[in-house]
Amino acid sequence: MNDPMWFDNPAITQQMLPATIETLLMTAWSTGLAVLLGLPLGIWLFTSSTGGIKARPVLYRVLSLIVDITRSIPFIILIIALIPFTRFMVGTALGWQATVVALTVGAIPFYARLVENSLREVAEGKVEAALMMGASNGQVIRQVYVPEALPGLIGAATVTAVTLVSYTAMAGAVGGGGLGALAISYGYQRYQSDTMLACIIVLVLIVAVIQFLGDRLAHLVDHR
Amino acid sequence: MIELRGLRKVFGDTVALEEIDLSVPAGEIHGIVGRSGAGKSTLIRCLTGLDRPTSGSVAINGVDLSDQAGAEMRHARRSIGMVFQHVNLLDSRTALGNVAHPLQIAGVGKAERQSKARELLEFVGLGDRVDNYPSQLSGGQRQRVGIARALAAEPKVLLCDEPTSALDAVTTDQILGLIRSLRDRLGITVLIITHEMSVVREICDSVTLLADGRVARTGKLAEVISEPGSSLAKDLVPLPPVGLDEGDTVIVEVSLAGSDLPRVLGSAQSVGVSADSILAGAVETIEGRQIGRIRFTVPSADKSEELITALEADGIYAEVALK
Repeated sequence: MNDPMWFDNPAITQQMLPATIETLLMTAWSTGLAVLLGLPLGIWLFTSSTGGIKARPVLYRVLSLIVDITRSIPFIILIIALIPFTRFMVGTALGWQATVVALTVGAIPFYARLVENSLREVAEGKVEAALMMGASNGQVIRQVYVPEALPGLIGAATVTAVTLVSYTAMAGAVGGGGLGALAISYGYQRYQSDTMLACIIVLVLIVAVIQFLGDRLAHLVDHR
Repeated sequence: MIELRGLRKVFGDTVALEEIDLSVPAGEIHGIVGRSGAGKSTLIRCLTGLDRPTSGSVAINGVDLSDQAGAEMRHARRSIGMVFQHVNLLDSRTALGNVAHPLQIAGVGKAERQSKARELLEFVGLGDRVDNYPSQLSGGQRQRVGIARALAAEPKVLLCDEPTSALDAVTTDQILGLIRSLRDRLGITVLIITHEMSVVREICDSVTLLADGRVARTGKLAEVISEPGSSLAKDLVPLPPVGLDEGDTVIVEVSLAGSDLPRVLGSAQSVGVSADSILAGAVETIEGRQIGRIRFTVPSADKSEELITALEADGIYAEVALK
């Protein structure tokens, strides 16, 4: 109980900053990769669904099932289940780089579903107008669906990033690094409530900043 | 320019279009009118290849869209300009970007398509609005952008699907004036689908009346509306509904088609029905012809028969209006 507290506590003064940077790196990498890979998957889901511009019901059902299965696995179990794959990808199952693999795998179907829903919001008349101008399916996707749904796609990426912040904390429980690991190993296992509280405050700030930036960006591209 | 032969479209058990024959020569403005569900939308979807006809042919500029697919279909569509009721502009693009879009699809370079789009926006009177987004434009301005966009690929045929239904009367007149000037200046063929009689009255040279998926009437506007008892004429020049509380009096409705007001009045006068007995009337001059209807109220059924006989002897169509 006589441990030094707050700004005398080395867990806070020395480990807080690197842990924050790790959390930010994990969130940035996994959000970036999830958007990069989830966007095409979401477009594929949307175009192959009934009423899509290239409806293929069987393909849609298969894709949909894979997405739903991945999404329904609790994240902490997904990390463990993915350990062999993670070793194959980054050579280790520990540290923030390893966590990015699991975070990305978990976030891709999540973002893809949000993409599918955003694209569904685009008015059919706009698509028909482009088809009437002689647009190909690829042109309709690139020139109508994606730009028209852009505010929604950015909003979806923001939601994904915020979710990933809390997932990084969860990954801390299984050697993932970042603020989650700090909060668990010091705040929980060593009863340092000041470290726990400090981690929570920083996580809340990160989420608030991500949300603010996401909203600003979505607003900037929204001409409706 | 536009040739439909035996067009038939069936959705499941429902026949949407049946035996549609239609021919619109180059440079003509042709109206397609009919109530909701008459098949107007299906017709335009068949014309543009968005729906495939069950049988029959649809030729635009001599190219039959109904037997094309893929890249050929996309290419053929570029020769048709389309104007929509809800305009369907992209919110993510400025007026300029929207007008340039068909050219972008066709693979025209950026500088060229932008200068073309600028020119077209000037043509429709929006030269100072090129950088505005659709949300910054009024309904009428948006439809002008829509028309400029439809013209971008220099189509020979302009299809307009209820282009003014979402606009107020003054804006409607402006848009119709614009469409007429396009025909006069560019010689473009226009097919305009509408349920608004004012549109037909203002700009159509010829007209087709669709009812239950069939052509009920087709021809030059002046001919179609001057047929005695023409239902189109009744819709074009509407009269208020006949009141119920007229007692024993009989109401005789006289069509002005193929006649004119002084002759009708003279005829009525000869059997003792004066202008004082006129209950309601609506007369309009369409393409130099007076069309419209006049309702006389007469005291008895005998008198109404006398009046109708006298009018018909003068070649004027009249009937007893139902109460």
